[in-house]
Amino acid sequence: MAEWLKDVEPLTLKGRIAVPYSWWVGDTGSRFLMSLRDDRKILGTKCPSCGTVFVPPRKNCGRCFVDIEEWVEVAAEGVIEAHTIVHYAYPVQPVKPPFAYALIKLDGTDVGFLHLIKKDLDKIKNGLRVKAKFKEERTGSILDIDSFELI
Amino acid sequence: MDNAAIVGVAQTKYERRKKDQILADLVFDVTRAALDDAGLAIGDIDSVVTVSNDFFDGRTISGMAVGDAAGGEDKNISTVSGDGAFGAFYGLMRVLSGYKATIVVAHYKGSEGSVPITTNGMFDPIFHRHLGIDAISAAALQADAYMARFGIREEDVAQVSVKNHGNAKNNPYAQLPMDITVADVMKSRKIAEPLKLLDCCPISDGAAAIIIANEEIAARTKKKPVWVKGVAHCCEEYFLGDRRLSDPVALQDAARRAYAMAGITDPMAEIDVAEVLEPFSYMEPLWLEGLGFCKPGEGAHLIEKGITTMGGRLPVNPSGGALSANPILVAGLARLIEATLQVRGEAGDRQVKNAATALAHGFNGPCGQSHCVWIMGGKK
Ligand SMILES: [Zn+2]
Repeated sequence: MAEWLKDVEPLTLKGRIAVPYSWWVGDTGSRFLMSLRDDRKILGTKCPSCGTVFVPPRKNCGRCFVDIEEWVEVAAEGVIEAHTIVHYAYPVQPVKPPFAYALIKLDGTDVGFLHLIKKDLDKIKNGLRVKAKFKEERTGSILDIDSFELI
Repeated sequence: MDNAAIVGVAQTKYERRKKDQILADLVFDVTRAALDDAGLAIGDIDSVVTVSNDFFDGRTISGMAVGDAAGGEDKNISTVSGDGAFGAFYGLMRVLSGYKATIVVAHYKGSEGSVPITTNGMFDPIFHRHLGIDAISAAALQADAYMARFGIREEDVAQVSVKNHGNAKNNPYAQLPMDITVADVMKSRKIAEPLKLLDCCPISDGAAAIIIANEEIAARTKKKPVWVKGVAHCCEEYFLGDRRLSDPVALQDAARRAYAMAGITDPMAEIDVAEVLEPFSYMEPLWLEGLGFCKPGEGAHLIEKGITTMGGRLPVNPSGGALSANPILVAGLARLIEATLQVRGEAGDRQVKNAATALAHGFNGPCGQSHCVWIMGGKK
């Protein structure tokens, strides 16, 4: 480094990229999100070939490389498969730390469903059962489920 | 496969903030240094691959901004927007398809953007991004899944951080050479459980470059060419919940194919040193399992038994690894450079004795969605 730079704060330009997007959630995503919003129900889809029940639902099975057409309503509760309690903050988080992320195997599904746990952090353990808590005001978003709570 | 070799390498020192250099400065320096290392001129290079990521750099088609600095003027230049180990793979394919010498250059300035916001952008915008998940919290889920499944204690993985920061003392390019203890790791600040501050990589700035060449060029370079004996990469599912996070199947597959190409049947016996990409401490044992150096769940025993320490049967990350400097995207290329230096016998104080065959590894995506494995050797 040049000598003169060692003792100075270099000139920086502040920037921010804020690009508006309007992502089409897809026909499969629409049905899933509308069901959260209108019926407080969690829907999955079931692969005709391997039988995997995916939630969020998928239109195709990447494992079998086939279309998926069968819809199934899955339980709003299930078992914690993995979790972490988060202690750092940054702007995208929807809740102030500490809070937890968990991969939850909802009853009737074969994959982990990623969501939040906000309460009873000291009691969380893998293998415990949790239940979805829906928001009162729902907009058709993954956050229409406020969080999962220990049963 | 035709023979191809790494004939030139260069790295910057990795630092928290390189306040005196912009990205193009870093790229120019390592490009020139890699040419000097090889004893080649820019006119000997006929193909350029940059490892550039738009979201990290804050520019659209970011590779264009460093093309001049990478010597890309009048050349066929292209970009990989992922880890440098994959950039090197693309560079190799270009040589195998007829170019004589490809320079692969990776660059990153973590000091200029936001790692959590940018890595949050890896995740699905409809189902996952609004939850605030990022690379660190995703890694913490994998750490929990892995450690809970096999009964691995936090102290066990803390040893990786102790080892790698200690190894970094022998690497002049490393950012965080440190004498620390397991107790220091254990009492460091909780980040996302079970990960604590000293289980996590730092934010880093830096750049690295390699030159991959065909036999004709390799015959007249200054340094001993280091030959590609085997290489493969493999990818698994995108959604974290679709994967079994404690079971790195993509890595197993990549390793199997790279070993088959290199004629390796017993990796522990036939590989002398490994550089694996471990931005989080738990990743080193998990990746060593995926690479077939031990059975699933036994990765942490390797360090406990001294196998992966300097002087052990398989030193892992003599450089200090990504725990000691993690310029994202550059970090996988740095692993390949370190493997190359080991085979050359030019790794200085971090040299593993008689390192004839070295493994380098990089990955892309949260929790290692895809992995790339390289086997490098001194003989054609
Ligand atoms: Zn299927």
